[in-house]
Amino acid sequence: MSDVLSHYLQEHERRYPEGTGDRLGELRQSALQEFRNLGFPTRRQENWKYTDVRKLCKHEFRINDDVVDLPAGRIESLPIARPDCHELVFVNGRYSPAHSRADKLAAGIIVTDLAAALNQQPELVSDHIARYSDTASSGFTALNTAFLQQGSVISLAAGAVLDKPVHLIHINTQQQQPYSGQLRNLILLGDNSEGTVIESYFGLDDAVYFTNSVCEIRLDPGSRLQHYRIQQESSNSFHLGHTTVRLQKDSRYESSVVSLGAELSRTDLNCRLEQSGAVCVLNGLYMVNGQQHTDHHIRVDHTVEATTSTQNYRGILDEQGRAVFNGKVVVHKGADKTDARQSNANLLLSDKAEVDTKPELEIYADDVKCSHGATVGQLDKNMLFYLRSRGIDEHTARSLLTFAFAGEIIRNIHMASIRERLEQLVLGRLPDAETIREFTHE
Amino acid sequence: MLNINNLHASIDNKEILKGLNLEVKAGEVHAIMGPNGSGKSTLANVLSGRDGYEVTRGEVRYMDKDLLQLAPEERAREGIFLAFQYPVEIPGVNNVYLLKAALNAVRVHRGEPEMDAVDFLKLVRERIKVVNMSEELLNRSVNEGFSGGEKKRNEIFQMTLLEPKLAILDETDSGLDIDALKVVAEGVNRLRDPDRSIIMITHYQRLLDYIKPDHVHVLSRGRIIKSGGPELALELEEKGYDWVNAEADAA
Repeated sequence: MSDVLSHYLQEHERRYPEGTGDRLGELRQSALQEFRNLGFPTRRQENWKYTDVRKLCKHEFRINDDVVDLPAGRIESLPIARPDCHELVFVNGRYSPAHSRADKLAAGIIVTDLAAALNQQPELVSDHIARYSDTASSGFTALNTAFLQQGSVISLAAGAVLDKPVHLIHINTQQQQPYSGQLRNLILLGDNSEGTVIESYFGLDDAVYFTNSVCEIRLDPGSRLQHYRIQQESSNSFHLGHTTVRLQKDSRYESSVVSLGAELSRTDLNCRLEQSGAVCVLNGLYMVNGQQHTDHHIRVDHTVEATTSTQNYRGILDEQGRAVFNGKVVVHKGADKTDARQSNANLLLSDKAEVDTKPELEIYADDVKCSHGATVGQLDKNMLFYLRSRGIDEHTARSLLTFAFAGEIIRNIHMASIRERLEQLVLGRLPDAETIREFTHE
Repeated sequence: MLNINNLHASIDNKEILKGLNLEVKAGEVHAIMGPNGSGKSTLANVLSGRDGYEVTRGEVRYMDKDLLQLAPEERAREGIFLAFQYPVEIPGVNNVYLLKAALNAVRVHRGEPEMDAVDFLKLVRERIKVVNMSEELLNRSVNEGFSGGEKKRNEIFQMTLLEPKLAILDETDSGLDIDALKVVAEGVNRLRDPDRSIIMITHYQRLLDYIKPDHVHVLSRGRIIKSGGPELALELEEKGYDWVNAEADAA
């Protein structure tokens, strides 16, 4: 067995010396076994062909169980969008009650950290956890389940409407020993319920850590979820995120994924449209520079008649940044009247940047509307010249067009405070940010 | 204002301009006419600094500066404006903010203070009436979803706002119906000024019914082969370009 596998097995032994015990203990044990079999993915696997995780395997990340409190005012000082929300804060992979505040919730709404839910609503958790996300899908998911303890549970009873969004804030600081947060979120929306969930991941300075986050979402008939996922991890970190969504009749899932940070990040999003009328709208933006590597894998399964999905992802790559996009749509037998659209556009700002993009369509039904397209290009010369001919200098014109490219995704974000913060974040990564800010805001 | 002397320019190693001479004095309106492929758009592109053109011989003096040494944005700040034949759509870049940045780039270059938002919008409202353009188009992305006529009006609107010293109109009349043509012409005529020069590049005489040039030149095979007053345009309309070509060949 490789050193890295035995490291995590030892960590497991240290954390859970009591062995299997209850149902949850059994779940962890069987996932650990799964992880032992699967190990970490290698590039020989088709799904990991362009993403090499060997660097992550060189570290012995300690599964964090220390509560870390941040000095007063520290969170406020970070460039994280913080609209008025119920906030659950996690520091270095562990829930921090001191920083969290879930205001009074209406009847039928549960917003709590996973450890508390395991104590207070064990049935709710065990009825749903690890049922939607496939533990065997990759070693990372299995690893996450093996250490199942930290994370969040958001549950809305039939007809419940969240009065304000739930914000899951993950903050990572530098610690002496590299650590890993294994985070598990469960989001359950009952019939016709409605809510917004924001996941933010933020790393301070050069902190070295590994975030492994798995999110399971179940949308009952007529429910609607807006889901934001904003990743600003530190430049020395690794970020793995795996989201599975099950959609039932006439439910709607809208997702905005923004990936700006981490040395290596991989984000999986699997949506299964299981009953007619279900709709998913998936938007994404990734920006890499330096030696950053980011990988977005999407899979949408249309399993029944009359379901709709759209994917619109854009990437901006500078310096030696690398990106992978894989968007797969599977239209199953009998899933007639499927409407599936997919688009991925990439902007290369440097001749050393590299992108591998692969749209995939598998169609086993006859009466469907499907489209897909992927582009990789540079800034448009005619646009650049037009701007320069109006007195805009070349640097500013370049930044402006880059910002406009990202704007196609940002402008679709409903929440104004998130949208504005993202504009600032994207601008902050461009030269001449001040001039362009002048341009876009009056 | 502008002095072009023995200009030779190539694109992809193919020589398009082959020794072009032209002098434009302050306050003058010049029309440059010529058949397709004569080098009209190349001239406009070389004057405004588009990439991809190589000047192999000759020089261009603008206000006692070596124009060809200036970057496109520097030319714009020095008061040169190109109204594009095919204005490009720029999704995500707001029309009115581009205008404000363009105007302030010129002002800062001249050592004047930037115009604030209130004064700027006042100016915009005043000038947009000249070209009879809908204010709704101001807050759209640059030219995005504009009709052909709206794009051309937008060019003229930008020109009226920026008040260039030298305006170059590259086939601004092409693709316009008669009403739009009149609007464009009115915009141009309003800009006529003893300190401002205008070069109109056009294939047809039609535009010259509404904007009366001081000088008309015939560009053919990369050189100006005949110059004259407004009557030359009428003669061309009547006899076609073969007539001047034949005359030039004979000479």
